[in-house]
This record gives sequence, C-alpha cells and structure tokens, in this order.
Amino acid sequence: MAEKVLKGIAASDGIAIAKAYMLVDPDLSFEKTTVANTEAEVKRLHDAFDASKAELKVIKDKAVENLGEEEAEVFEAHITILSDPEMLGQIEGKIKDDKVNAEEALKEVTDTFISMFEAMTDNAYMQERAGDIRDVTKRVLSHLLGVTLPSPALINSEVIVVAHDLTPSDTAQLDRKYVKGFITDIGGRTSHSAIMSRTLEIPAVVGSETATTDIKAGDTLVLDGINGSALLKPTDAEIKDYQQQAKDFVAQKAEWAKLKNEATVSKDGKHFELASNIGTPDDMDGVLDAGSEAIGLFRSEFLYMNSAELPDEDTQFEAYKKVVEGMKGKPVIVRTMDIGGDKHLPYLPLPDEMNPFLGYRAIRISLDRDDIFRTQLRALLRASHYGQLRIMFPMIATLDEFRKAKSIFEEEKAKLVKAGTPVADDIKLGIMIEIPAAAILADQFAKEVDFFSIGTNDLIQYSFAADRGNEHVSYLYQPYNPSLLRLIKHVIDAAHANGRFTGMCGEVAGDQIAVPLLMGLGLDEFSMSSTSVLKTRSLMKKIDTKEMAKLADKAINECVTNEEVKELVEKNVFNK
Amino acid sequence: MEKKEFHVIADTGIHARPATLLVQSASKFNSEITLQYQDKSVNLKSIMGVMSLGVGKDADVTISAEGADEADAIAALAETMKKEGLSE
Repeated sequence: MAEKVLKGIAASDGIAIAKAYMLVDPDLSFEKTTVANTEAEVKRLHDAFDASKAELKVIKDKAVENLGEEEAEVFEAHITILSDPEMLGQIEGKIKDDKVNAEEALKEVTDTFISMFEAMTDNAYMQERAGDIRDVTKRVLSHLLGVTLPSPALINSEVIVVAHDLTPSDTAQLDRKYVKGFITDIGGRTSHSAIMSRTLEIPAVVGSETATTDIKAGDTLVLDGINGSALLKPTDAEIKDYQQQAKDFVAQKAEWAKLKNEATVSKDGKHFELASNIGTPDDMDGVLDAGSEAIGLFRSEFLYMNSAELPDEDTQFEAYKKVVEGMKGKPVIVRTMDIGGDKHLPYLPLPDEMNPFLGYRAIRISLDRDDIFRTQLRALLRASHYGQLRIMFPMIATLDEFRKAKSIFEEEKAKLVKAGTPVADDIKLGIMIEIPAAAILADQFAKEVDFFSIGTNDLIQYSFAADRGNEHVSYLYQPYNPSLLRLIKHVIDAAHANGRFTGMCGEVAGDQIAVPLLMGLGLDEFSMSSTSVLKTRSLMKKIDTKEMAKLADKAINECVTNEEVKELVEKNVFNK
Repeated sequence: MEKKEFHVIADTGIHARPATLLVQSASKFNSEITLQYQDKSVNLKSIMGVMSLGVGKDADVTISAEGADEADAIAALAETMKKEGLSE
C-alpha cells in the first residue's frame, strides 16, 4: 500500500507517475547584522543581482517559447527592475552608510518602493507592480541566502509539481516536456490552475488540502487526474497497475479523438444531437475540441456570479454573442438566470429561507424582478442575430409561469424591433423540466413551448424529496429508478406527439448506463460537460436504438428498483 | 544639455511595456537622462523612478540629457515615444 492516498478534486484527466517537485517558497528569513567590510558586502549584492538576472533570462526565454512574447513580458519587467540604477544605488548606499548586511539593505529599500506603489490606490496597474517588486526581491534574497527559489521554468527532468496554489505566472512557465502533472492544496474545478491544466492537457488534482505538507521533494507520486487522487510513495504493484491504466487511457483518448468531426449516429443510423454544457464564453475551447454539435446548456448565472454587480445589457450581450458566433450557426441554448438554491449573488440579497431549493429561485426571481429579467432578455435578443440562439426558462412549475415569461420576452422583442435592432425572428423558447408538476403536465406544455430540456439533478431531487447536498439521504439519488424513467418517457413522448424536441442537460445525459436507455426512449439531445462528449459519442455509435427501445420498455415496465435497471443495462449492453 | 518636450497621448500614460522600453532605450546611453513631470524629475534609466511619477494621458513631460551622447539620446528617446504611441 502507498504511504498515503491524497484526495482532491479531479481538475484535468489522465495519469502521471513521477517524482515530486515542490513549488513551495523556501525559508527566506534572515537576521539584520553589522558588516565591517562593506565593499565585500556590496560585491555580494551585485553577484546576487547578476545571478537573479541570469535566472530570469532563462525563465523569460522559456516563457516566450511556451507561451509567446506577451506572456513573457512580466519577466522582462522583472529584469528591468533589477537593472534599475536608482534602486541598486540606494541599496548600496544603505550598506555603506548604515553598515548593514545586503539582505537588510535590500529589504529596507524594496519595502519603501513596495509601500509607495501600494499606496497608489487609484491606480490598479501600479498596485500590481508592488507584486513585481516583491517577486524580484524574493529572487535576489534567495541568491544572497544561497537557497534555491523554485521556478517551474527551471525544471529539467520529469516531475509532478506540488504547490499550495499555482499563480498565472507559475502556470505560464510550466514546460509540458517535463511537468507531467500537478497537485495543489487549494482550488476548485474552475480555479485558474484547474483551467490551465485542461488547456495544457496535463493531469491535475486541485484542492487536496495537504499536498504541500504530506509530500516531500523527490517523493514518488502517482497522480490520478481521472478520479482526483494521488498516491504518495506507491508500491511497485501499484505503479505497475497505474502504468497500465495510463496506457489504456492514452489509447482510449486517441480512439475518441478520431470521432471529433463525426456525426453522432447510432449503429442503426439514427442521429442524435450531442451537446456541451458551458458556464462562460471561456469554455468554448473545450466545446470546439470535443466537436460538440450544439450547446445544450449555457448557465447564464455564471455571468452574474463572476461579477461584482448585476451585469449590464452590453456585458451580457457580448458574452452571448461570443458563444453564438463561436458555434457558427449551431444551436446554443441559454438558460436564463438560475440563482437561488445553493447559488447566491453577494449584491442581490435573497430572503433567509427554510428550504431554499423549494423557495425563491430561478424563474421565480426573474418574474418577480422583471427589471433584471428584461435586461437579460434584451441582451439575448440582440445576440440572436449572430447565430442560432434558443432560450429556456429554469424551474418552471406551471404553464402560467411560462406564459408570463414568454409575454415579457415578446414585449422586449417588439421594443427592439421597433427601434430597428436586428433580432432573429425564429427564437425557440423552451423550459427546463426539473419539477415533477411540469413533467406530468408535459403533454399540455408541449402545445405551447418549443422544446424541453430535462435537468436531472433537480428532477431527481424533487421526485425523491431528497436534498441533493445532504449526504445522509444520498442513497436516494437514483438516476435509473423506473419511476424517473417513466417521467422522462412521458416528457419525450409528449414532445414528439406535438412535433417538439426533448433534450437533457443534467449529469445523467452523459452517464454510460443511462445513455443507451435514453436513446431507446428517443431523447433527441444529450448535453454534458465537454470532456464527456467524445466518450459518449463513442458509446452511442455502438448502440442499436431498436434494441434499446425494447430494453427501455423492459426497464420501465418490469424492473422495480434502480439496481435492477442498472444490472439490466450492464448485462445487455456491456455484457457484464 | 539637450532637452525636448512631449505631450502624452497614450490612454494609459507612461506605463507597463512602453515605460520598460523607454527605460531600456535610455540605458543604452552614457548621458545622464532625466524625465520631468510637473515639479518632479527622475532618472529615466530607473523604471521605479519613471513609474513612480504616475504620468497619465495628456501630461506634458520634458526629457533632458547631459553628456557626450546627449543629442543621440534625445533623438532615440523621441523615436521610442513615437513608436510606442506615447506621444506624436
């Protein structure tokens, strides 16, 4: 057994096995001393400056090579600071006049500059320069003290980087040739470090809490970015096992990548729309890399959550336009603001509620605060001109709610048209199916709405009356339970009877057990995180929908429990 | 001594990349080169000095050089100011 298994958040998939490189600041503390030979001390200072400059040149070249001139500019700025005659002169002066050691003189002078820049509170740019001076000071100090300041750019053998967190300037220097993966103490799936790991396509685990305290430099690590864990000092057998898994994963990924430009067609020739869920326009790279055929869910609330105030119409318009244009005419479904439940906005106080998931959230807020809603609809309407935009309303329980939302939409549309603003005239309006009341009345809804999108996380939570965040009732998360499958079937059938389509944008849409059944039930669109798209396309191409229709019928009418359905699919589809 | 006045047109003033390039350009000469803005004057070879002036858009600044290569220095700095869009 490995010495320890660290658990964290899977930020970027893949497996790496290598020695740990601690990207952790060394101890840079020192004592203030009096020096007799000030000339020697000044020389020591110059040597440290020269060594720092040489090191920064290496780092800069590496950054230029990996990321381009623009990203490397920060290091050029650092070199310019080190070449500043005024600063060096002042430090020298302190050594000579006060007879203090170079470390102390350096600190006193740079502290003055740092506080001067930090005091420029009306100028964010200058305040940031304080950080540059701090970085430069640390580097010179490390040379004075004879310790190595770790830098990703100085890595020249295969390693897994271990850090408390990775700053943009750290990730900018990671060399994919040597850095096989990284693990951090803090961060989540959408933190900077996690996003960069996916861009660089190296496995990563973030938010492990104790990586920098548990792991020591040179320790062997197995990093499992698929499951979000790391094995510290694994046994030979464990290493062998993971080597095989890594090989399988690479082969599998290469196999999936071939499907990027292929249509999602079942074995018997039926086409399905395979789509991505996104939160911000920054997620578009992943969508295009996965060859998604649509965006089935654009969670617009992220625009609100990533902002310090309500995002104005133009800001929203730019974000929607970017995504719609990026999809080049393929459909983009934007869900209007889904705030409330577990999602809060610091600038929009919500009432304290006993049951926030059953309370004031999503469309209920939008209809109540129609000023916010109208701003969003106008931004969406304007963006509709640039591609194929669709709008869906979250948490619809009654037909009245949909009618109200639609009439506000029509009012804003009429205003824009009157003002001569170009607006697409065929914008489809749909609803999320997450409340059982709407699912049951889907046959009536289908006469008025253009499409349904089933949100499984909430539909399961409300159907089973089980808080999805409460671990004591987590056994009630039963995505294959026949009761849920019956609801889903009813919704799909109701849509088809009225010439509408049904999509799904919850976790279940990419679930390998559920996908074959949903194909059998005739679900039209499957929307999931971009990283699951190719894997799912690979599965869907192997499935015969006629066989699955029979299997789904069996699951719905003969199976009684979640477990029975799971076994049925495993046995008949995966031969387990 | 050589002297030249400039009217800053860049939206961000003398900041970031242009400031760095200006300092690098000044550092190539042996002359003493100063940048004067309002009643303050700093060594143009010092990035910290230049940035601490906080020169914004529409500021009027004077660059002066004193030394053997003073004329060349002013010519080169005027060129940099123009090329980096700091001044016309």
